[in-house]
Amino acid sequence: MKITFPHMGNMQIAIKALFKELKIETIPPPPVSQRTLELGVKYSPEFACLPLKVNVGNFIEALELGADTIIMAGGWGPCRFGYYAQIERDILNDLGFTFDMVILEAPESRITDLLNQLRLIGEKVSLWQMGKAVNFAWHKLKAVDYWEKCYERYLGPALDKQAVNDLYSRGLQQIDEADCKREVTRRLQKLETEIEQIPRHNKPVLNIGLVGEVYTILEPGTNYNIIRQLGELNVIISRSIYMSDWVNDHLLKGKLIKSNHQHIINCAEPYLNHWVGGHGQETIGYAVDFARQKYDGLIQIGPLTCMPEIVAQSILGKVSTEQGIPCMTMYFDEHSGSAGINTRLEAFIDMLNRKQCQQLMSEGGF
Amino acid sequence: MIRVGIPHGLFYYYYYPWWKTFFNHLGAEVVCSNPTTRLTVDQGVGTAVDEICFPLKVYFGHVLELKRYALDWIFIPRMVSVEHRSYICPKFMGLPDMIRASIPDLPPIIDITVDVSQSDRILKRDLLQLGKLFTPRESKIREAIKRAREEQKFCDTLAGQGYTREEAIQLWEGKATHSFQTSILNLGVLGHGYSLYDSVINMNLINRLRNMGCRLWFPESLDEDEVERAATAIPKRVFWTLGRKMVGSAIYLSKQPEIDGIIYLACFGCGPDSLIGEIIERQIGDKPYMLLTVDEHSGETGMITRLEAFCDMLLRRKNHIYEDNLSTHGQYADCHKGTI
Repeated sequence: MKITFPHMGNMQIAIKALFKELKIETIPPPPVSQRTLELGVKYSPEFACLPLKVNVGNFIEALELGADTIIMAGGWGPCRFGYYAQIERDILNDLGFTFDMVILEAPESRITDLLNQLRLIGEKVSLWQMGKAVNFAWHKLKAVDYWEKCYERYLGPALDKQAVNDLYSRGLQQIDEADCKREVTRRLQKLETEIEQIPRHNKPVLNIGLVGEVYTILEPGTNYNIIRQLGELNVIISRSIYMSDWVNDHLLKGKLIKSNHQHIINCAEPYLNHWVGGHGQETIGYAVDFARQKYDGLIQIGPLTCMPEIVAQSILGKVSTEQGIPCMTMYFDEHSGSAGINTRLEAFIDMLNRKQCQQLMSEGGF
Repeated sequence: MIRVGIPHGLFYYYYYPWWKTFFNHLGAEVVCSNPTTRLTVDQGVGTAVDEICFPLKVYFGHVLELKRYALDWIFIPRMVSVEHRSYICPKFMGLPDMIRASIPDLPPIIDITVDVSQSDRILKRDLLQLGKLFTPRESKIREAIKRAREEQKFCDTLAGQGYTREEAIQLWEGKATHSFQTSILNLGVLGHGYSLYDSVINMNLINRLRNMGCRLWFPESLDEDEVERAATAIPKRVFWTLGRKMVGSAIYLSKQPEIDGIIYLACFGCGPDSLIGEIIERQIGDKPYMLLTVDEHSGETGMITRLEAFCDMLLRRKNHIYEDNLSTHGQYADCHKGTI
């Protein structure tokens, strides 16, 4: 059995670790590329949102490499994501691929349901081994999250952006290759000291919150690497969501770690008083939270026609006025062009820089 | 008298009799905005965010119209779920909040949450609370709910007789409406009610088809149990109420030999439609099927051309009266050779 799965940022590092421990071979799809997108767009419904198209592209490329089992998450609405796996299976079947599809439905109540679903995939795996594998994968997931946070913090102020970018990719590779928990921690510590030593410039640095739909935030292939682009414009990014949060809240129903989820939901009041599927309410909650922490600006990103994010976008204007934080919304689809995105980002950053300057001047008594 | 405004859009088409009877019985006057016009569309488009779907933009227009009237309340329910384990659409769940954030200085909004996905206990409690805005007597509120339910049922039966929901509401209010002419084609017409039955959003699709001599079958004209049964044909139950009805209706209609074709009206940017259209296309086999996508930029002429072409093709397929070498849908040029 050769398992493949859709890409979502650096999640593959944790998934590979999990299945390696379970002694199952994995064939991760090649990184999201222009070809992935082209394949996905060609075979997916025209008006479906971008993540579905990227998934389809991922699966086709992985099946071409010889994978025979697809693992995909499910769900129970109201966001379209819950129906992705069904549509994707039909599309791939029509294309003539033969494969099995395992759909991990988020368990209604217990975490053990999910573990059992996973156990069925593996052969002759004891519960102890299973627990160990999950533990190791979770550790790697946290390490990746931590490394991403470091990257986002140090890229903005760094003098030599290329050095940070190189170190970041090298670091991901090192975490990926580490084969025990202690090794992961040791490498991560070493990487952190290394990234701290990269020389910094003394220009003003902006703090920007990145909110929006989870897949678009996590997968650089669908957001034209917005984090890197912003970092190169001397911006420090704080994301509203990291992989471990998504796994914890979406797949494990918040059972694994105590999150600040409730705090964020409370922040969304009185702007958005009801859950709207996806991360719509979280987007508003984080927008308010970032505003209260005196961030310089907010960028909301999502795939075009994303339903929960449209709700959030409609309300974000009011949040922006009342909480006094500049906001910009960007939607991505297969027609987005990197030059256009770059121009919009630069304009937004210029505006924020000017605002910061004016503030400094008025505070300085000029 | 207390005046309650109801926008003429979205779930108006499904539940207006319920809402009107309820408020009337509690002694309130119901003010409904006028049917959609080009002005409604323009105002809505100017207020809502660009990316939102067309019916919601139109709804914004209706709310703007109601804002001009002196109202005590405006009724914008938060429709989360109208049946067990199903949802409507995320945008409906945030509708009152979106309206509040986009349109300032509105009269107070009644944003009761309708969510019966688990149980209807909370809804019943909220309805009683809502009724207390108008009358302190609980028995009167209960009576209002009962009446509302009866009137809704009556209107639903009217809608089952081949009328659109809009026509059924007209009939229910005692106004005369369209009578059916003889038909040469039987067409299934599907779509979300709030776009399918609004003659501006659907660009007069229904009347155009009827004038071309088509008898139309809507999801409401079909037997509900049959539709539900047909909808179980796909592996995972569709979790959007309206979406599941569309899939069920399409599969059911595709098995009826007297149905000549199916038209699905989708709105650009509608989340469920983007996947439902795909599911239907895979499920209905070789029944002629056309997907029409509309938004505020759609041109009427393009639509008419497509409708005429579709109907012509179906007629040819039905009658085989032309001796020509053009293939119709699902056939190839030579397939009738040697059958005479």
